Amino acid sequence: MAIPLSYSWRNLLTRRATTILTAGGMALVVFVFTATLMLAEGLRQTLVSTGSPDNVVVMRKSSETEVQSTLERQVAQVAATQPQVAVDVQGRLLAARELVILISLAKRSSGAASNVVIRGIGPASLELRPQVKLVAGRMPEPGSTEIMVGQSVLSKFAGVALGQTLTFGQREWAVVGVFDAGNTGFASEIWGDADQLMQAFRRQSYSVVVAKLKSYDDFDAYRADIESDPRLQAEVKRERQYYEDQSKALSRFLRVLGISLTAIFSIGAMLGAMITMYSAVATRIGEIGTMRALGFKRRAILAAFLAESLLLGFLGGATGLFFSAFLSFMSFSTTNFQTFAELAFKFTLTGEIAMWAMGFALFMGVSGGLLPALRASRLNIVEALRSG
Amino acid sequence: MLLIRLAVRNAFRHRLRSFLTILGVMVAILAFGLLRTVIDAWYAGVEASSANRLVTRSSVSLMFSLPMAYKDKIRAVPGVTQVCQGNWFGGIYIDEKNFFANFAYEPQTLLDLYPEYVIDDPAQRSDFLRDRKGCLVGVKLAKRFGWKVGDNITLRGTIFPGDWVMTVRAIYRGARSGTDESQLFFHWAYLDETMRVNYPSRAGQVGFYMVGINDPNKAAEISRAVDAQFANSLAETLTETEKAFQMSFVSMSEAIILAIRLVSFVVVLIILAVSANTMAMSARERTGEYAVLKTLGFSARTVALLIASEALVISLTGAGLGLLLILPCAEAFGTLMTDFFPVFAVSRETIIYGVVAGVAVGILSGIYPAMYAARVRIAVALRKVG
Repeated sequence: MAIPLSYSWRNLLTRRATTILTAGGMALVVFVFTATLMLAEGLRQTLVSTGSPDNVVVMRKSSETEVQSTLERQVAQVAATQPQVAVDVQGRLLAARELVILISLAKRSSGAASNVVIRGIGPASLELRPQVKLVAGRMPEPGSTEIMVGQSVLSKFAGVALGQTLTFGQREWAVVGVFDAGNTGFASEIWGDADQLMQAFRRQSYSVVVAKLKSYDDFDAYRADIESDPRLQAEVKRERQYYEDQSKALSRFLRVLGISLTAIFSIGAMLGAMITMYSAVATRIGEIGTMRALGFKRRAILAAFLAESLLLGFLGGATGLFFSAFLSFMSFSTTNFQTFAELAFKFTLTGEIAMWAMGFALFMGVSGGLLPALRASRLNIVEALRSG
Repeated sequence: MLLIRLAVRNAFRHRLRSFLTILGVMVAILAFGLLRTVIDAWYAGVEASSANRLVTRSSVSLMFSLPMAYKDKIRAVPGVTQVCQGNWFGGIYIDEKNFFANFAYEPQTLLDLYPEYVIDDPAQRSDFLRDRKGCLVGVKLAKRFGWKVGDNITLRGTIFPGDWVMTVRAIYRGARSGTDESQLFFHWAYLDETMRVNYPSRAGQVGFYMVGINDPNKAAEISRAVDAQFANSLAETLTETEKAFQMSFVSMSEAIILAIRLVSFVVVLIILAVSANTMAMSARERTGEYAVLKTLGFSARTVALLIASEALVISLTGAGLGLLLILPCAEAFGTLMTDFFPVFAVSRETIIYGVVAGVAVGILSGIYPAMYAARVRIAVALRKVG
């Protein structure tokens, strides 16, 4: 016969201070664990959704990021006019020659300078990125020194509000629009006219060509055409792949950091659980003897104490998850090591992360409670009764 | 004396529990120390910077270059002793995973400006200065890839296209423990001449100038004088001390640093929870004993002190063990992460903070049980059978 769960639950209630301290320790561990997983997931989702599956990016050979890449005008021309490139309803080719440069702006919070991507766009750029929508003001006129800023830039940097002007490249640039790019990397960018920016910065070449292909399967043919042409010295990637590669270093770093931190922490929390459970067993030796004498099997005692430490883990996990859920309202902004540009992304909680966190909490509970529970179940009836 | 002996005895009466608590405190102090060392490693570049050096770069952002013609103009500013042009090269050795910092510098002024890069063999030094395709590597970097003087290595350019072949001519070691020994420097002339042939529009361009000055107190004045020369020109400059320049890199990842800092405090909170738990349990179990002590005439204060010192004994033992382990652990961790953190050393402050954290945890976790025992009424406590 099993000992009812309410027995374990009431035991936790009786030692309220101890329960709160132990579960609190576990909650902190779960909180940190969840927060790092949420960050890594937010980063992944942001960068993956930045790229569209049908789009391709053409860059100079062996440059790793758009910022490093340069494409001469003729090269860009060839890349933008391949037969695989899709055509819109008006019959224009869906390919944009873009310029990507970094400028440093002062952060709103600290005043410290941080790098922001300025993307010089072409007529097709907007159509290639359906996730980018204007939310305030208007689009920059082609051929003018007007720019529009992403919402993350607006909230994180000073002096970029609608109607203000930025000075760089010896010109004044009026902020005429704010765009919403959802949860993507474009939200951390400033967009303006590519040709104007090239003149201002005295650049002779574009950075990349972004093109939409007629169909997903045209990629291999398009890539073969570009990469086999020795004059071009260019390479082609799917846009989604490109952005995933960009996140590799940072997400690996976040994951390594998170896992090593929680590994160390969880040792502390497991020790806490073990101390609590050993003491729970020690103070109830007489009780255990009585239960055994009443006919409860060793297995039932083991189960009752394991249930108690599992409940403890559950309490800790639930508290930790509860507080980390609030992180979803926050966004995190840091410099991406690969691009050297500021990138904002959200803490993202998924069902999978919640399951991992809860599993981890229960694991901490079990591993802390197993030895004490075994000890309780192995007690000799007579000796236990005598000492109680 | 008696009190201390009693406290030590009490602390180890429940051997398993004390052992577990000490283990917990040890792990936490160790984690706290390692996290702080990680943050220190982040600031290593800032710490290693010299007050005698300024950095002049494009005011737009570091990715824009400056004309070579600026060198003489900067050199002419009063107070400037040396100017060295440099470029972040960003080359890759065989595979992206082998990341290390590599720069193109004008070699003579580089060695003048950075006395902390010590080349022990004068023959190596002159070889490096003479060979236009020669490079200077840090001792740590040389060890990492097994390079010896005379080896040929090839870097694949990411910013400057092509494969760049160079010969290791000299190996430097750091004069101080904080010097980064994992960088590679090669001749700026090699970079510029190659660019002149392949990409003429990008020749004669400098990433940044390292400026040596004679008086660190005049750094602000000299910086302003340099920038004033190029105000309203095509490439305006921003001159700042090397420290401020390095700091701007650190502040790029300030969000991550802040997170690590927070976490290192959370660790202390967790130890606090664990050890407070232990003390609360001890106090509850021994309520009867305290009553007996009080009956014997010990004052409430003495009883409280007894419990508080018991907590201190446990947490200080744990903290002491943790601090003993920090140095070997940091060394092991440092070798593992040598690609990320070229300099990884435990600072004296970290040790001090560790001791402070140990004491604080001991006191804080002892306070509540001590107060409880001091306040408990003898009759109530003695009635309790436990």
